[in-house]
Amino acid sequence: MIDVRGLDVVFGHGKQAFHAVRDVSFSVERGHSFGLVGESGSGKTTVLRALAGLLDRVARVSGEMTVAQETLLRDRSREFRRRVQMVFQDPFGSLHPRHTVDTILGEPARVHRLDRISERIVTALEEVGLDASFRFRYPHQISGGQRQRVSIARALITDPEIILLDEPTSALDVSVQAEVLNLLMRLKRDHGLTYILVSHNLAVIAHMCETLSVMQNGAVVETMGVQQLRDHTPEMPYTRQLLTASLGYDRAAIDAFEEFT
Amino acid sequence: MSAELTLRGWLLAEIPKSKLQARCQRVFISWLSFRRNPIAMVGLLIVASLVGIAAMAPWITASDGLELHLANRLHAPGSEHWFGTDELGRDIFDRIIWGSRITLYIVGLVSIIVVPIGLLVGVVAGYLGGWVDTVLMRLTDIFLAFPRLILAMALVAALGPGLENAVLAIAVTTWSPFARIARAEALTIRNSEFILAARVQGVSTTGILIRHVTPLCMSSVIVRLTLDMAGIILTAAGLGFLGLGAQPPTPEWGAMISLGRQYLIDQWWVPTVPGIAILVVSLGFNLLGDGLRDVFDPKSGT
Amino acid sequence: MTGSPLLRVEDLHVSYNTPTGLVRAVNGVSFELGREKLGIVGESGSGKSQTGRAILGLTAGAQVRARRLEFEGIDLLNASERTMRQIRGKCISMIMQDPKYSLNPVMTVGSQIEEAFLVHSKTSKREARARTLEMLRAVKIREPERVYKAYPHEVSGGMGQRIMIAMMMIPKPAIIIADEPTSALDVTVQLQVLAVLDDMIKERGMGLIFISHDLNLIASFCDRILVMYGGRVVEECIASELAQATHPYTRGLLNCLPSLDGGQDELPVLQRDPAWLTTPGGTR
Repeated sequence: MIDVRGLDVVFGHGKQAFHAVRDVSFSVERGHSFGLVGESGSGKTTVLRALAGLLDRVARVSGEMTVAQETLLRDRSREFRRRVQMVFQDPFGSLHPRHTVDTILGEPARVHRLDRISERIVTALEEVGLDASFRFRYPHQISGGQRQRVSIARALITDPEIILLDEPTSALDVSVQAEVLNLLMRLKRDHGLTYILVSHNLAVIAHMCETLSVMQNGAVVETMGVQQLRDHTPEMPYTRQLLTASLGYDRAAIDAFEEFT
Repeated sequence: MSAELTLRGWLLAEIPKSKLQARCQRVFISWLSFRRNPIAMVGLLIVASLVGIAAMAPWITASDGLELHLANRLHAPGSEHWFGTDELGRDIFDRIIWGSRITLYIVGLVSIIVVPIGLLVGVVAGYLGGWVDTVLMRLTDIFLAFPRLILAMALVAALGPGLENAVLAIAVTTWSPFARIARAEALTIRNSEFILAARVQGVSTTGILIRHVTPLCMSSVIVRLTLDMAGIILTAAGLGFLGLGAQPPTPEWGAMISLGRQYLIDQWWVPTVPGIAILVVSLGFNLLGDGLRDVFDPKSGT
Repeated sequence: MTGSPLLRVEDLHVSYNTPTGLVRAVNGVSFELGREKLGIVGESGSGKSQTGRAILGLTAGAQVRARRLEFEGIDLLNASERTMRQIRGKCISMIMQDPKYSLNPVMTVGSQIEEAFLVHSKTSKREARARTLEMLRAVKIREPERVYKAYPHEVSGGMGQRIMIAMMMIPKPAIIIADEPTSALDVTVQLQVLAVLDDMIKERGMGLIFISHDLNLIASFCDRILVMYGGRVVEECIASELAQATHPYTRGLLNCLPSLDGGQDELPVLQRDPAWLTTPGGTR
């Protein structure tokens, strides 16, 4: 479904060139969830944005990306934009502060010239567990978790096949995170969606994904099936350290931490 | 009274049922916040009075302020002529009232020209960046570099004196700061996640500029506009004073000061009353602008 | 907890007047702090941050009342602003989430720490510089000379927090209140910073109030835990016994965390019971 080979992303020129993503390759089968895990600066969000075609004016992107047999070039086709949707991290920032939920959800429908827009909006809201009373509210009138649901509803309006999720629950309270993760699982099952999920939280990735790649400093350190993560048997020392750190405060383990540069 | 209750109820309803209702509710809540600021309300009162007076001019005035009554020259303010008469015997009160229409005309016309141009240039420059930004900003800089009154004078001298030409000259010298403001907002917004989300949706650049970026620039621009009103009125008055704006016998306040200045010592009311009018109106717009800024201030999260 | 408590909080209330009515951010919180690491965990709106700030009198615009709010016998509630100024920093210190906002961006790191030294003890400039470098080494910063000359924006987040810890430790406070001190950091850096904090606290016999939303982190780092919900403490327990917690909110929170081990199909969702907002909970 999704195939990425040798993806390279460079910001800036000459001496100030920053190699954000180096030679990253992975593939995702239809209907699967693929996780990209890493600490800040690892390049995981950049990979997602490169796939979404958001970097064309700000960085040099090279390498091959194929999505549903369509090779991605500099610009994304309209069909791609219908098929591939994205959910962002910040529920406060990913909705336009002056647009009502109705406008926010109606926009993709109008861009892709879909019919029965009003119906689609109501259906999308129901699917994410929000009732019609939310339709004409502004983002500042609803909670963080509800905003994230609106973001997800927006991603569903065009009946996509692939959703790119950039830390969708990192800014949410733990109890709200559980609800949103459950929602994402259910939607994936009901609609046969394919996910690429970016997160720094190994537990979320272990819960949601079948395969994952660990990134550090722009490169893939290790790719593995989720069972390997659950069994606590990653191969690379960086991944092992990340896993240990995710388990909580362990003084002895911390003293053994290495610097990976 | 029950109609009023329903309107208020509609405006304060928990769950808005339509886009119109949602929008009206937002405006209403902003209004409630604005209402709490007494100084801003004074500003609003002054501006509203200006508009009211201009509208009611035919009914408040005794004459059209243009007729000459040379026998009546330079009468002091009294029961018959509340603000006295000028050097040609015209009732100053009536001229002030009719002059308010001219003031509003100037202010309105300048606004209509300046806001769209400033927004367009600023938003496009800020969002697109690159060479478009450079070219547009250098253009803006050129206009910003000229002292307002001098450029206005030069334009009017070239185009000929007259109210419309004065308005044009003022507009040309006033739009630059708005472009700057709009650009600054656009630069901040450009990398927001909701803009990225719109791009991922496939919204065209024009669509993003019109529906996403511009609405967020509006508040800063409007606040700046109200704060600039004072300057616009004074520039028009200045042009009028120099004989480059409204031509006699039009009762434009600046022209009134100009023609009346030689009478300042003995018949103080002739230039002073229009001067006070300009002062009050400029102050009113300033206070209104301050009040609007407090309501729109992005840090309070409106 | 041995010896008398450093801090005694009884029935603390922090309320705000808002256009929509009175908001009770903290609604009857009681606890004691000794020479230990006490974790206060809760979601947003639970009142955990406000509790920390109320202790130091940093809740501007709020009404604070309590039956008792005492630090080593000193009444913090009715203390004069002058007394509070003596206490803040010298006796009770606070570390906040983002060092970017707590460090002065136009002064070098070294000069800021030195300034703290010179304010709190009468030393010569040379002595202050030597102690600054010593402090930087104590928080495990490997190139203290380089960091000394650097500006806050030139150092990483983890280093910034360690610098904050260094600064907060200089006046040798008895208690540190840390409000989400590591939430903005990567997980490995987070633990390294906490290790530094841990060492310093143990060495000096200090008390720590660690406020966070991260239940696992608090359970593994702290000695005792308070769980807050809706401005109240709903559970108080020893950190190692968190898994045996009794209050339904705590259990709900523990259950809805995705775990690294199992791939559950659905995470049990927390059902909020409005009764939690009114009935006193916990082991007290």
